[in-house]
Amino acid sequence: MSYVLCPEIPAPGFSFDNCKRNATLESKGFAVPKAIKTGTTIVGITYKDGVILGADTRATEDTTVADKNCEKIHYLAPNMYCCGAGTAADTEMTTQMVAAQLELHKLYTNRESRVATANQLLKQYLFSYQGYIGAALILGGVDIEGPHLYMIHPHGSSVDLPYGTMGSGSLAAIAVFELGWKPDMEEEAGVQLVRDAIAAGIFNDLGSGSNVDICVIRKGSVDYKRTYDEANKKGVKQGSYKYPRGTTAVLSTKVLDVEEVSVTPIEAERMDVV
Amino acid sequence: MMMQTEMNAYYPDYSTAPIQRQINPYADNGGSVVAIAGNDFVVVGADTRLSSGFSIYTRNQNKLFPMSDTTVLGCAGCWCDTLTLTRILKSRMQMYQQEHNKQMSTTACAQMLSTMLYYKRFFPYYISNILVGLDNEGKGCVYSYDPIGHCEKATYRAGGSAGALLQPLLDNQIGQKNLVKPSSEDLSQEKALAILKDVFIAAAERDIYTGDSVLINIITKDGTKVETFELRKD
Amino acid sequence: MFNPLESAPPLWHNGPVPGAFYNFPGTQRIPAANPITHTQSPVTTSTSIIAITYDKGVLIAGDLVASYGSLARYRNCPRVIEVNPNIILGAGGDYADFQYVKSFIEQKIIDEDCLDDGLKMKPKSLYCWLTRIMYQRRSKLDPFWNNLVVGGLQDGVPFLGTIDKLGTAYTDKVICTGYGAHIALPILRDALDKKTNLNLNDAKALIKRCMEVLFYRDARSFPKYQLGIIDKDDGVKIEGPLTVEENWNIAYMT
Repeated sequence: MSYVLCPEIPAPGFSFDNCKRNATLESKGFAVPKAIKTGTTIVGITYKDGVILGADTRATEDTTVADKNCEKIHYLAPNMYCCGAGTAADTEMTTQMVAAQLELHKLYTNRESRVATANQLLKQYLFSYQGYIGAALILGGVDIEGPHLYMIHPHGSSVDLPYGTMGSGSLAAIAVFELGWKPDMEEEAGVQLVRDAIAAGIFNDLGSGSNVDICVIRKGSVDYKRTYDEANKKGVKQGSYKYPRGTTAVLSTKVLDVEEVSVTPIEAERMDVV
Repeated sequence: MMMQTEMNAYYPDYSTAPIQRQINPYADNGGSVVAIAGNDFVVVGADTRLSSGFSIYTRNQNKLFPMSDTTVLGCAGCWCDTLTLTRILKSRMQMYQQEHNKQMSTTACAQMLSTMLYYKRFFPYYISNILVGLDNEGKGCVYSYDPIGHCEKATYRAGGSAGALLQPLLDNQIGQKNLVKPSSEDLSQEKALAILKDVFIAAAERDIYTGDSVLINIITKDGTKVETFELRKD
Repeated sequence: MFNPLESAPPLWHNGPVPGAFYNFPGTQRIPAANPITHTQSPVTTSTSIIAITYDKGVLIAGDLVASYGSLARYRNCPRVIEVNPNIILGAGGDYADFQYVKSFIEQKIIDEDCLDDGLKMKPKSLYCWLTRIMYQRRSKLDPFWNNLVVGGLQDGVPFLGTIDKLGTAYTDKVICTGYGAHIALPILRDALDKKTNLNLNDAKALIKRCMEVLFYRDARSFPKYQLGIIDKDDGVKIEGPLTVEENWNIAYMT
């Protein structure tokens, strides 16, 4: 039993307390709430001086847009970022947790984190949950070994590639890379190629939309370009939909006087010391 | 002598038992239709995006079908059913014209559509239909249907993939619901058109199956005017 | 395995049992009063079709492989055909269904020729007719498992339309089916946004690049393909087999 003075420390990791209850509810026809998926086009390329990551900014809940401008390029370490596709909460939490582990590791070893380390942490974590953590990631960064780019799948497999895409718009984006990617590209050309790949996802995949976010990681510097390109302009409304004062009816009004209350503090009793 | 049915168990090639197959004959091709009627006009708009799953088939698909000089049908849902239904409807309109030497009225067309949908009660046309037109007095009217033929007359209506998103907005803006001081003036054609366009801008923001552009038909006693309006394309 | 306990009585005393000679392993159905249940799905399949209109006509491309599951079983299966001097047709999906559809399209053309009225079927008519055929079969819940792409010249104007197995039909300036709809379509749409009026050479170059990308990424594709061209001046031509120019250098990186 736990008390206010002696709180129970929760066990680390996920709580599976309600699993059995939920399974019973589900079998009796209770609809399971849907998680927000990020739908998503995420991409990454290596270029002459580092890596460039890109993402769209639409999050969907079934066929409705849940978030029109969400951030899908997550921070991992000063020299490393990670794009996430799949279940929004999973990508967010997984990257946050690994970011914390990398920070501790960096303080402990007093060295810059390596991309391979982050890759290993992510894939081992995802593998241990056998794909139930729905996070598809593109990990990119520059370390002592140079630029690295990893595609990490929800089941825990990963590949090291010079360019790659993930999410529902991955096919549209990969087509752009297959046509345009070359080894040792200049930064400007690389950023343009990443923009085009994300735009292909935004316009041709219904799970992706809104703006283009880009993150350029070079040796020793990072350039996070949030809303690099607004691929779609919102339509201009013709009418005004501001409600004039008094639109909401006030049905009745009642005024209560505030009673004055005096408070006397009581000193806490000392505990008996045996 | 063995029974015929018993025999067939031994010769499956000659079985007369029902054959069960598993294919889904329907597709959800998305799309939204909005109609607003006034005293002497009716406007109807449908987006032009035809899609399936997460792909866009085409950005330029007309989903408004003129039935007569004063009647237009807007369809959203299963596109192959829409193609079939509208073709049959058009030929029925033509048969009526040739038999009676006059065009079918909007009200008659509305009733016919209901009957045709219910005829397919157990293998329905999976379409959200909105029929608009001018009635015999020249007043604008809107009829909305469920896939199996339930018909309801209204003055404004939103249907299709963003129908549930837009109907409350129309209730408030056109139906003047939940307002303390509802405006007493009649709905003008300009206002109706402006709201129709704004409502589609809103739908394109939040519904992934609505976008690209809107095709609008404005029906008055002088005929039908067609207008297009661009939407976002993501 | 053949099970005498579950079979019909012998044809004559001590004679063979019906079906004894054609019951192969795995083909036996359980004799029961239940209806036969089987999922209809394609068997020998072909992959994407990509098509585009240009200022004077239409191009339709499709590769030559017919797969048996993940096996590249048949490597010379043409699926872009000339229907008549006005129309070309491409098909993806079940190859047997395509051959059947093709046979009655050809019969239809013969029937029309026999009328000897000097008229040739136009692409819109064929497109409309095929829409009804596909819809009728889906309504029997026994569809032709194909994506058909009809291209042609409708009174000199390029026409391009497609019909899927349900009878869903639409026309557009670019049409891709199968994996092409996900991989090639974004490329073609983007190219058409940048330059609205393509000429034959532009269109051919685009198709070539798309077939190359599709070959890299679609595991059911093949580096040999056919290209159907219908041109206002030059009429119908089915070019091929053309070869994809492949370059796997970057696959050896890292």
